[in-house]
Amino acid sequence: MAKTIPLHVNGKPTRVTVDDPDMPLLYALRDNLGLHGPRFGCGLGQCGTCTVHIDGQPVRSCITPLSAVGKKKIVTLEGLGSPEKLHPLQQAFITEQAAQCGYCISGMIMEAAAFLARTKNPTDAQIKQALAHNLCRCGTHLRILRAVKRASVSA
Amino acid sequence: MLSAKTTRRDFLKGTGILIVGFSLPTFLRTAHAQGATAPKTVALDEVDAFLAIDRSGRVTLYSGKVDLGTGVRTALTQIVAEELDVPMARVEVIEGDTALTPAQGPTWGSLSIQVGGVQIRQAAATARQALLQDAAKRLDVPAADLVVEQGTVRARSGGKQVTYGELIGGKNFSLKLDKNAPLKDPATYKLVGQSVPRYDIPPKMTGQFTYIHDFKVPGMLYGCVVRPSAIGASLQSVDESSVRGVPGLVKVVRQGNFLGVVAESEWGAMQAAQKLNASWSSWEGLPEQSKLWEYVRATKINKDDVTSNVGDAEQALAQAAKRVSATYNWAIHTHGSMGPSCAVAEFKDGKLTCWSASQATHNLRLQLAAMLSLPNTDVRVIYVDGSGCYGRNGHEDAAGDAALLARAVGRPVRVQWTRADEHGWDPKGPPTLMDLQAGLDASGNVVAWYSQLYIPEGGGGTGTVKLVAAELAGLPFDKGMYPGNIINNLAIPYSFPNVRTVAHRLAETPLRPSWIRAPGRMQNTFCNESFVDELAAATGADPLEFRLRYINDARGTELLKRLARLAQWQGRSSAKPASGEVATGRGVTYVKYELARTYVGVVADVEVNRKSGEVRVKHFAMVQDCGQIINPDGVRNQMEGSVIQTVSRTLKEELTFDRSRVTSLDWASYPILTFPEIPEIDIDLIDRPTEKPWGAGEPPAAVVPSAISNAVFDAVGVRLRSVPFTPAKVRAALGSA
Repeated sequence: MAKTIPLHVNGKPTRVTVDDPDMPLLYALRDNLGLHGPRFGCGLGQCGTCTVHIDGQPVRSCITPLSAVGKKKIVTLEGLGSPEKLHPLQQAFITEQAAQCGYCISGMIMEAAAFLARTKNPTDAQIKQALAHNLCRCGTHLRILRAVKRASVSA
Repeated sequence: MLSAKTTRRDFLKGTGILIVGFSLPTFLRTAHAQGATAPKTVALDEVDAFLAIDRSGRVTLYSGKVDLGTGVRTALTQIVAEELDVPMARVEVIEGDTALTPAQGPTWGSLSIQVGGVQIRQAAATARQALLQDAAKRLDVPAADLVVEQGTVRARSGGKQVTYGELIGGKNFSLKLDKNAPLKDPATYKLVGQSVPRYDIPPKMTGQFTYIHDFKVPGMLYGCVVRPSAIGASLQSVDESSVRGVPGLVKVVRQGNFLGVVAESEWGAMQAAQKLNASWSSWEGLPEQSKLWEYVRATKINKDDVTSNVGDAEQALAQAAKRVSATYNWAIHTHGSMGPSCAVAEFKDGKLTCWSASQATHNLRLQLAAMLSLPNTDVRVIYVDGSGCYGRNGHEDAAGDAALLARAVGRPVRVQWTRADEHGWDPKGPPTLMDLQAGLDASGNVVAWYSQLYIPEGGGGTGTVKLVAAELAGLPFDKGMYPGNIINNLAIPYSFPNVRTVAHRLAETPLRPSWIRAPGRMQNTFCNESFVDELAAATGADPLEFRLRYINDARGTELLKRLARLAQWQGRSSAKPASGEVATGRGVTYVKYELARTYVGVVADVEVNRKSGEVRVKHFAMVQDCGQIINPDGVRNQMEGSVIQTVSRTLKEELTFDRSRVTSLDWASYPILTFPEIPEIDIDLIDRPTEKPWGAGEPPAAVVPSAISNAVFDAVGVRLRSVPFTPAKVRAALGSA
């Protein structure tokens, strides 16, 4: 039986109609709302490509049931900044050309944004630790590190 | 050079291809010319296959090579804009569309610039020559006195001018590629050689980019595959009542051992795939993993490929004053793309269109046509960017799955593999084993080198990478794709007097063999360069100096000398294991890729924990000479990525399997390198603007494993001859040292 669930995504209230309220948030964001930022990587909470913010906390949307979100505020890569008004991290990733295939990058930026919000002037070691559970297969780590460092200064 | 031409828009209209929902700007903004209905040429010898210019002067580049996240979309644009003297912003790129782009070969082997870019440059040079000849007539000025700026042609002395759009806009060139069309003097380059920022990066940072995983067509359904419980198991029964309650379920599709579900929603399809109750026969056709190397050695050899044969290596070995021998092996690896494979397929009027992130759309077209018993002309494959693949991963198989499901339900179907599908069913880098022997004379000179490599046979036999769907459904398959060139880099860049290198091509290999970044070249370089290091140590020589002694190649010699400076290499004669729990060491490696192109040298600095056995790679100093560099930052990005990915493969990665199936089905059971483990990398790029451009991405991967193993030897005095270098293997090596 289809059910309509209210969500708060990227600063706006919205609704999604789903068959299963326990469907992971990721599929609501991608398939119901058409967002490209959060990405399917493993469905197991192991890789970080699906990371979004829920009330400012980085969360793996692939293992977060829709029913657990409630009225909390969800922010995806699209809500962090826009092409016209880039978030400092988005700008830093562009400046550092910090992508190869770029599939992991949305998760990297979301994880880093939550980290920088609670950690001022982080060391390289702290950044590496903060991103330790976000995987990148292309080997873009050094550029990602430089981008987060750059954003931590400019933010 | 004027004739009717087909536009992309007309072509799309004529074949009824849906472009709705495909938001890449190339599809929306490309509109040149008008009228005709003949198919666009994709012939490799035709300028029109590669280039079109519309009336406004907008250039469309049709590239058979695709951007797998390497930045070649931007680099190829630099090449075209440079050669034509147009602004980069005026160039659109269409990639890997079998109806529109020439078959320039799969995007593999670091050949996108070296081969694809050079073909495209020649097409642009041919076009430029023709445009200038045309302009000379129109302006009544000798072609030699014309200059081009921003796509506008005028006499060097000024006066009248004419634009490319006015000269050719909307018409065909109808020209064969002219090998002698003059290329621009690299000294005048404005774009090639510059670190132009990549086009795809800003939209990837804001969620505006469309990956294949985001791609939708109207009416599209969602499919999932249900794989056998064992690789060779037969499907015995399916209980469709097990999924009856799944909302939106459209169909359970069964064809032979191919089983899949199609639903109205992605989550519905996933639920159905998970709940579907199917019973499979048992199958235990894989070898025991603990006896993999015995299995490889016992496998029938179908043929020998002798990749070099100088003098008489076997006789020289027999007569040598000292003999050294070692055996190296390399575990089975998976591609491990971050995004599991995905594809969309649609049938219309009996014709198939498939959207795929395949590195080889032209070949995939043949494979899909063979599987479905369709004429090739009834299949079109269109490239859409995917998650990085590093070779032939599951992209093609997902396309095969989507095609079967779409045919079964009569509507477009998107197939998204799960993580377990990807780790379990993408084709693997095959197990690699090499025996090496060398002979030294009384003065410590190398007099003989004899290597024997054990790898699957390419071509036609068990080496063919079939589509999983074709294999499971018992449908025909195309024999075209196989890991054939994994014999490359078996021959060595050193001038020893007697050399024999032989690849024994095996009749069987445990899992579908494939190619993963620097396939074969990486494994072979690991074995060769580790063994060279063993020879240097056996003769008490400095390993870098030792290599220089046997290199007869000016570019190679220059490269190693620059590496010595970059790494501040200090000569040494042998490993000097220090005491203490953590030992440090450095190792060197050199390669001339395939003995025909890119030179790379590297020095790795490692720490080895004697107690835990953990190896940490702290730093690389790397020098690369890949000839002319199109985009230096693009090259650096590729080099950094290759190094880090290969550190991961060298230290951590090993596929696990039981007698029935792959068991490393997630990131916990197949761990890769994480942020706290990454090394620093210093790079010295040698740019040679007047030389040919060579591949930049694969070669730096090939040199990493042996640099690490040689550094470990320097640190603790033991040789690691089996990848991955796990703590357990290091502890075992230290324990028996």
